[in-house]
Amino acid sequence: MDYSPREMMAIAAAREIRDGDIVFCGTGISMLAAMAGKHISAPNSVIFFETGAIDSQLEEVPLAVADPRVMFRTSVNGSLADAFATMQNRFTGAHVVGILGAAQIDRYGNLNSTVIGDYEKPAVRFSGSGGAADVASFVNRTIIFMQHEKRKFVQKLDYMTSAGWLDGPEGRKNAGLGGGGPWAVVTNMAVMGFEEETKEMYLREYYPGVTPRQVLDKTGFEIDISRARETPPPTPRELKILREQCDPQKLILG
Amino acid sequence: MNTNSDKVMDLSEAVRRYVAEGCHISIGGFTLNRNPMAAVYEIIRQRIKGLHLYAHSNGQGMDELVGGGCLAKLEIAYGGTGRFASTCIRFKKAVQEGSLQVEDYSNYQMTLRFLAGAMGVPFLPTRSGLGTDIIEKWGFSREMRKADPRLPDYKLRVVENPFGSWGDAEKLVLVPAIHTDVAIVHVQKADRQGTARIEGLPFTDVEQIKASKHVILTCEELADTDEMRQNPDLNQIPFFCVDAVVHVPFGAYPTACYRYYDYDPAYLSDYSKYAQKDESFKTYLEKFVYGVSNHREFSELAGKERLQSIKADPRTGYAVNLDRR
Repeated sequence: MDYSPREMMAIAAAREIRDGDIVFCGTGISMLAAMAGKHISAPNSVIFFETGAIDSQLEEVPLAVADPRVMFRTSVNGSLADAFATMQNRFTGAHVVGILGAAQIDRYGNLNSTVIGDYEKPAVRFSGSGGAADVASFVNRTIIFMQHEKRKFVQKLDYMTSAGWLDGPEGRKNAGLGGGGPWAVVTNMAVMGFEEETKEMYLREYYPGVTPRQVLDKTGFEIDISRARETPPPTPRELKILREQCDPQKLILG
Repeated sequence: MNTNSDKVMDLSEAVRRYVAEGCHISIGGFTLNRNPMAAVYEIIRQRIKGLHLYAHSNGQGMDELVGGGCLAKLEIAYGGTGRFASTCIRFKKAVQEGSLQVEDYSNYQMTLRFLAGAMGVPFLPTRSGLGTDIIEKWGFSREMRKADPRLPDYKLRVVENPFGSWGDAEKLVLVPAIHTDVAIVHVQKADRQGTARIEGLPFTDVEQIKASKHVILTCEELADTDEMRQNPDLNQIPFFCVDAVVHVPFGAYPTACYRYYDYDPAYLSDYSKYAQKDESFKTYLEKFVYGVSNHREFSELAGKERLQSIKADPRTGYAVNLDRR
C-alpha cells in the first residue's frame, strides 16, 4: 500500500502514544499524530491543548491550537494557566505526553525554536517558545517531530528554547527540572530514542526504504545505529483512520 | 478602576483616550482567535507609535501592529498564526532587520507575569525554562533596564527553593509582574457598564485585563445588564476593571470569534502574501487599513458572501466544512 513519508511520521508518532496518556499537542502534524493515536490504539488518551481545551472532540483538523475547532464539546474550556498547571500538577503531570517540534535539535534532545545566529542580531527569527519551553520543563515524556537534515540535527544549538536532557544524565536534576524528558524523535526518515545511561540520542527505527547509513548522513552528530530495526510500515487500518477520520481534507497531510 | 455606569463609546474615541505614544499595552486572544482586530486597525490608522506590547501568543494582532510600525518593544512567547504563518512574517522581518526590540519568554511565564500583575505581587515562581537560554539571554540589556523605570532590573531570576525540599523543587524561576497602561480585549458580550462574557477559551484575557490600569473592551453584542446578570456564572470580567465598551460586530475579524464566526482563511492567506515584501505590505495597509475609516467599512471589503461563509454553525461554534486550503 502506498503512503507518504508524512503519513509514516504521523503513524510512527501515534504508535508512541499509550492508552490513558494525556496528550499535549501543538499545531500541524503533532495534532494529527495525537488524533491518530487516539483513533488507532489509545482510545482512552486525552487530547489537550496549551490554550486550555481539555479532551477536544476534533471533528475537523484545527490549524492552530487556538482554532475554534479545539473548543467544541470539550470537557472544560480552561485558560492557559489551567493548561500549564495540568502539566506539572503532581497528580496529572506524570500522565502528560508532550509533542513538540523545532528548528534545531542536539544529541540530548534540547530544542531551538527561536533564532538562527546571535539572539541579539539573528540571521533567522522563528516563532519562539510558545508553550514548548513549558512543556519541555514539566512533562514526563516528550515526542519531538523534526525534518531530518544535517543543519537541524546540530552539535550545538544557536539558542536553547526548550530543555531536553540538557548536558546528560544529571542535567535536568542539576538545573532543577523534574524527572521526565525527551522520549522519541520522529522524523521523515526514522525514529530516535535516548540512551538510558547517557541520555544521548540513538537510532531506534528507520522507515522502510531508508538505511541507517542514510540517517547518519543527515545527522550532524554521531549516533549509535547498532540497535536499529526497520519500522513496520503503516497498516491499511492505520492509513484508513489517518486519512479518513483524522485529515479527510488533507490540510496537514497535503 | 472605573465604576461609571455607561462606558459605551466609539472605537476611535476609546483608542484616542487610552492608547498614546509609548504606552505599555497588551491585547487579548491567541494566534488566529479573538484578537481585537478592530482596535488593532484603529491603532494603526491613528498612527500611534512607540508602543511596548506584552504578548504570549498574539499572532495576527501582534503582526499587524509590527507591520503598521506601531511597536518599539515587544515581550513575547510566540509569534505565529498556525498554518497561515508558522512565524509571523512582519514580526520575523522586523526582528531580523533590528527595527524592533524583542525579548523572549514562554507562554506560561507570560501568563504568570500577567497573573502577578493582576494579583499585585512583584513576581511569581515557576520551574518553566530552567536550564535554557530564555533565562540566559536577555533582549533588553541591563543598562536599558536601569534607565527605564517601567522595566524590572532583571529579566528572570533563578533562586533556591526558600522552603527547602518542600514541593520537590530545588530551584525556581521568578517571573516579574506586568503592569500595562491599557489592555484591549474582544469579547462576545458586554453590557454598557463593562460586565463581560467570553465564550470558548478565555486564554489569558482575564489576567491581562486585571493587570492593566485601563481596559478597552470591544464586543460582538452589547447586552442588557439584566440579561448579563441572569447568568452571572457565565461572566468573567467585572465591570469596574473596564473603562471603555465598544460595540463592534466582527471586531475580531479576520481572526475567529467562537460561536459567532470562524477565522477567514482567504484573508489570512492573502495577508501572508502581502506581508512578504515591504512594498506589497504598504499596498495592503493602504487598502485595508488606511483606505477605510472604520471596521464596518473594513469588513464590507470582504463582502457579504465571505462573511456568510465563515459564520459559525450553532452546533459546533465554527464554520463547518469551511474551505481552509
